[in-house]
Amino acid sequence: MTNETKSDLRRAAAATLPVLTGYVVLGMGFGVILQSRGYGVLWALAMSVFIYAGSMQYVAIDLLTGGASLFAMALTTLAVNARHLFYGISMVDRYREMKPKPFLIFTLTDETYSLVCSDTGLEGIHNRNRYFFCVSLLNYLYWITGSVIGSLLGSVLPFSTEGIDFALTALFLTVFVEQWLNTKNHTAALVGIAASVLCLVLIGPENFLIPAMLLITLALTMLQKQSGITNEPAPDKSAEMPDGGGADHD
Amino acid sequence: MTELHTVLLVAVASVVTILLRFLPFAIFSGRRNTPAFVVYLGKVLPYAIMGMLVVFCLKGVSLTAAPHGIPEAVACILVVLLHIWKRNTLISILGGTVCYMLLVQLVF
Repeated sequence: MTNETKSDLRRAAAATLPVLTGYVVLGMGFGVILQSRGYGVLWALAMSVFIYAGSMQYVAIDLLTGGASLFAMALTTLAVNARHLFYGISMVDRYREMKPKPFLIFTLTDETYSLVCSDTGLEGIHNRNRYFFCVSLLNYLYWITGSVIGSLLGSVLPFSTEGIDFALTALFLTVFVEQWLNTKNHTAALVGIAASVLCLVLIGPENFLIPAMLLITLALTMLQKQSGITNEPAPDKSAEMPDGGGADHD
Repeated sequence: MTELHTVLLVAVASVVTILLRFLPFAIFSGRRNTPAFVVYLGKVLPYAIMGMLVVFCLKGVSLTAAPHGIPEAVACILVVLLHIWKRNTLISILGGTVCYMLLVQLVF
């Protein structure tokens, strides 16, 4: 393994460390609840491997135990996961030349998206493809591992895990603050908050997500001409450098 | 409920999720150049979506019923302050989560 590869791997491991915490905690929470409803470790494993969508898996537990129809499951999945359409739209260009593309697309969760969607934190990465793959794979493994551990140990945990799901809120809030501190123009961030709160108040917590995303897209489209809204950085020196151009920060 | 029905439910959730993730790439990847509009959305959506996800996580909080969202507000403010102070994602997440767990388990 070359030094550049090692350096990228180390960077991927470091960048995903918060996701490791969040995913192991949330994955364990998922495994614990699933186990408590009578679905053992194989169910936890299968759902995490094949669905790999945190909030949807939590919602799915209730549908499983309630014996929902396949149609209800399809509709609920559509509603809860429709946001992935927007992740995809914003990653079409960034993933254009990446391999293995199907795997990168399949593993594009909220948390993975938060690490690969912008250039924040990518300074000095030698091979973006390799880095994005490692980030995606590590997050995937964290989630699977967490849910399996939760399923196996769930009933013997010596302390109450009530409130542990706040880790997800904290993760997104942290990324939000980090992006905020890294940018000058906060229009897009404010549009995201305002449109979501508006739809939440008007439509209620069950169905506000898709209207919120449509409103966000509409508002951002109308603001397209506003200067500075994209927060285009001044020409990034490290991005201009060829591979191995001495931009190694390790 | 039969085991088969459960398998099918998991399969449906999996297939719908995969379709949602692949659809934008299926639509736009075939073109040589990504439409300018999609490129623009790719640049601004990440900021808006993170805000949306925060609101999404807090959607179940009731301001009218006790404890009036106080644990969530306190934990969120702590996360923001910790992050501005230390800029360390791990500390921000752990601090906020432990604070929230203590609040809902011991105080409220």
